[in-house]
Amino acid sequence: MTHDEKRTWIRLIASVVAYGVYVAIILGRADGRPLPDVPYATALVLTVVGAIVASVVVETVLGVLNPRASRARDVRDREIARLGDHIGQSFVVIGAVAGMLMAMVEWEPFWIANVIYLCFALSAVLGGVAKIVMYRRSLPQW
Amino acid sequence: MVKPTRVTNRIRALRFAHGEMTQAELAERIGVTRQTVIAIEQGRYSPSLELAFRIARVFNVPLDAVFQYPDDNEESS
Repeated sequence: MTHDEKRTWIRLIASVVAYGVYVAIILGRADGRPLPDVPYATALVLTVVGAIVASVVVETVLGVLNPRASRARDVRDREIARLGDHIGQSFVVIGAVAGMLMAMVEWEPFWIANVIYLCFALSAVLGGVAKIVMYRRSLPQW
Repeated sequence: MVKPTRVTNRIRALRFAHGEMTQAELAERIGVTRQTVIAIEQGRYSPSLELAFRIARVFNVPLDAVFQYPDDNEESS
């Protein structure tokens, strides 16, 4: 497994776990009341930052545990990264447009923030899964 | 439409014919990771033209001694 593939796995798992933790926190806090009344901002920021920090920490720990592992990156890694990011970006655009439209019709800030966060999470998951599939199978030939 | 590559190669045979060169040795000589050599050998990755030439140069053979592309007659037969 190349260094880039390991990083892809770590970031994919961190994204899924962070979003899962966030949803669990919000649903736990709701306790029967309407979701827009649930305080969400701190949990959202902490899970986003937590996912980034956790990814860096796990990558660093793996690097320390296996210092002889190759950190080389080649043309195939770059092609997979570019195509994976391109695939994932579709959800970033969907999230941005959805957030803009929701703000224009004055939806609750809770829903705007959460639709954008959901789309970011889906972007990370879709891009990550696409990269893993390309590493495990093959790059598409168009 | 996503299609599997039709390019085949003889890299594995050429490696063994050249002193049982390992995938890691070939990877180092052409400047890619061992995983990329494995993917090329297994037909899961089509290298760029430049990388293909570098592979052929390692074995000191022409490009079409390393990579083959079936023509339409071969495909239909």
